[in-house]
Amino acid sequence: MSNFEFSVLFGGRAGDGIRQLGQLWARLLARRGLRVFLYDDYPSLIRGGHNFTVVRAADFPILAHRERINLLVALNEETLQRHQENLLPQGLLLYDSSGGREFSGLGVPWKEIVKELSAPEITRNTAALASAAKLTGIPFEELAATLEKDLPRAREVNLEVARRAYVATPEPRLELPQGAERLPTFFGNEAAALGAVAAGLRLYVAYPMTPASSILHYLAQHAEALGVTVIHPENEIAAVLCALGAAAAGAPAMTGTSGGGFALMVEALSLAGQAELPLLVVESQRPGPSTGVPTYTAQADLDFVTYAGHGEFPRVVLAPGDAEEAFLLAAKGLSLAWSYQVPVILLMDKHVSESLFHQELPLSRVPRVSFRAWEGQGEYQRYAFTEDGVSPLAFPGDPRAVVKVTSYEHDSYGITTEDPEAISRMQEKRLRKGEGLRQALDGPEMVRTEGEGEVALCVWGSGRGAGLEVARRLGLRYVQPLVLEPFPEKTLRARLSGVRRVLVAETNATGQLARRIAALGLKTERILKYDGRPFTVDELERRIKEVLR
Amino acid sequence: MSLRRRPEALDTYAVNTWCPGCGNFGILTAVKRVLKGWEEREALHRLVMVSGIGCHAKIVDYLAVNSFYSIHGRVLPVAMGLKLARPELTVLGHAGDGDAYGEGIAHLIFAAKRNLDLTLVVHNNSVYGLTTGQFTPTSPKGFKGRSTPKGSPETPINPLELMLASGATFVARGYAGRPEHLAGLIEEALKHRGFAFIDVLQPCYTFFNTYEFYNQHVKEIGPEHDPADFEAALHLALQWDYSAREAEIPIGIFYRVEKPLYEEAVRVPEKTPDLSAHIATHHL
Ligand code: SF4
Repeated sequence: MSNFEFSVLFGGRAGDGIRQLGQLWARLLARRGLRVFLYDDYPSLIRGGHNFTVVRAADFPILAHRERINLLVALNEETLQRHQENLLPQGLLLYDSSGGREFSGLGVPWKEIVKELSAPEITRNTAALASAAKLTGIPFEELAATLEKDLPRAREVNLEVARRAYVATPEPRLELPQGAERLPTFFGNEAAALGAVAAGLRLYVAYPMTPASSILHYLAQHAEALGVTVIHPENEIAAVLCALGAAAAGAPAMTGTSGGGFALMVEALSLAGQAELPLLVVESQRPGPSTGVPTYTAQADLDFVTYAGHGEFPRVVLAPGDAEEAFLLAAKGLSLAWSYQVPVILLMDKHVSESLFHQELPLSRVPRVSFRAWEGQGEYQRYAFTEDGVSPLAFPGDPRAVVKVTSYEHDSYGITTEDPEAISRMQEKRLRKGEGLRQALDGPEMVRTEGEGEVALCVWGSGRGAGLEVARRLGLRYVQPLVLEPFPEKTLRARLSGVRRVLVAETNATGQLARRIAALGLKTERILKYDGRPFTVDELERRIKEVLR
Repeated sequence: MSLRRRPEALDTYAVNTWCPGCGNFGILTAVKRVLKGWEEREALHRLVMVSGIGCHAKIVDYLAVNSFYSIHGRVLPVAMGLKLARPELTVLGHAGDGDAYGEGIAHLIFAAKRNLDLTLVVHNNSVYGLTTGQFTPTSPKGFKGRSTPKGSPETPINPLELMLASGATFVARGYAGRPEHLAGLIEEALKHRGFAFIDVLQPCYTFFNTYEFYNQHVKEIGPEHDPADFEAALHLALQWDYSAREAEIPIGIFYRVEKPLYEEAVRVPEKTPDLSAHIATHHL
């Protein structure tokens, strides 16, 4: 394995097209067979403010970004001021020299090129992309192919801008190698959406909320091809209840939101618990409380989603750390929801949802929704008592069955009851499903582990990218539970046996995973970050070294 | 044990706990009359009743039909999910006035705006019964309830006016004291392609007995009214404002027009997608 890696930071104002620029660059390099990871940092603004995107490329698998930058592409001066210190000693600076501005780097007059061609102002990002490509020795044909594929609108103008900027940029200063593998790229949210689709999703109903909105956008854009009806209703309350209505009619449904929207859905979460309806909710966290910091990242809702809802009922919380896991766990989540007739929460965060990963999705390994169907014997009882608590399902429209779904405590037919014995019996039936879930999920495949070190690094969700890389680098034992409720106690205990020190890194202020591990009787050392930014590889490594010193 | 009280009966074994004299009985009678017809046509298994929370909602416990006993104010989003998932189902929602005009008013306005093919019957007794007598969005001004001992300072909402303004394609009012007339309205509502709304004046015998008032003032809309005429419908809706004021209270179909269905615009046919092809086209 060689160790080639190359990070570029593109920065500018909101409205400069920085995100698109970063994505085009990432896809360009991905098509060269390099492994890429893209991190987007943007404020909650439409225009103005500072935006940047980091694209790290390497010839080995990567799932995280670095602090140190090889190439800084500045569409404004602020980018220079903010990020120049991250530039490696051999690093290059590329900036817009329009109007005679001069800095110690390579200036190309992008703005002037755009003006001369009377192209839209936004195409300055294409000019910057072309300069970066030229500087790193990427042939123009490769650049043009990416523009044609990923920028189908205003193709001619963009190609012309790219050509002019390419010519105006000095000769290559370094060569990017060709990588071996050409893999697809996915944002975490896209992968989660596809996972649910692969498992049999029929209806996606959601109210827009960053950072979950792109699931809605993606599924709406591809609704017909994917066979999914996509609805944006009046609010989150309607979204989740609509999904429950669909489930009661037999259609696998999902909703997605962030913490504040999930707060509105909690009433319906209890309904799902009581009525035993399958439901998959994606909760993509951002820093709270309340509106918090809407476009940044945090892992602070684990306690919330685990305990959300009045009353006691079983539920599942799954936390993916990259696109592949988002895909698998969304599929698994939908399928568990249907097997056990419980709500399942796919707990993501902005850093998984909106980062771009370069991975194969395990299409053939996903479970498809299946459920215990009523066999038509005798009279149908929606809440029939069974040993494992799972009652066979029938749906309205079946001439043999009368299906009664209810939010009230009920008997086996679904008729309201207030009888003390009946209340306890039905409560016990529901809780029995929790036992089955515990057994199904407390297994080796639900706790990712690597290495045998005596010091363990535990992370969850988006902690995976930086965590895995640092653990490998420092020879730590890497431990990442994919399921957080029911908490996989048995497996975690086994994975952490023989470990001298347990470090837990997460992006919240109180150590929500650390508390769960500590409850197993293990001493934990917490590495917390709660400034809305994810760990970079460099920062996590630094922080761990401080702790271990 | 069987869900049905008697083999051929629509009723379940659930014990009816409505107060004697409750207007809900009139609504139940009307619904049963309609469902009998469905049963004869062997279409009953395609019907799903959805209710909210409150005295009205118990109606689903009393009938041996598919049902979803949901939560306060949330009848319509649940109904929407059922209908979007399976358009061949007939979805009949029941809500209370607290449900429909209080907790769930946003859902109501949007249901009308969308014109999803559903029927909603609001059991409007202008009082919270199950929580023992508080004022509701349609209680008359000055209503002395347990939360408004000095009299409600608010003017009631006129749900018919609201529904007409929101774009409902079928707007009607019934009276629980005239179950036969009400059964006719429910039949028409279920036949209507689009969002059908019926506000049913329902006396609460225990907390707000309005029988006498309604008996005196309710009047069936005659054939001279053209339900396709929006202006005329609005005019009729404004004739009585849900206050305690003495006025003629029209019941019947105020408005009925055809408009494109929501589900036809949004629903995507079921298919098994080719994910490999999708990924090759959009992600490589
Ligand atoms: S409280 Fe009123 S609405 Fe409720 S059952 Fe009694 S009479 Fe009917």
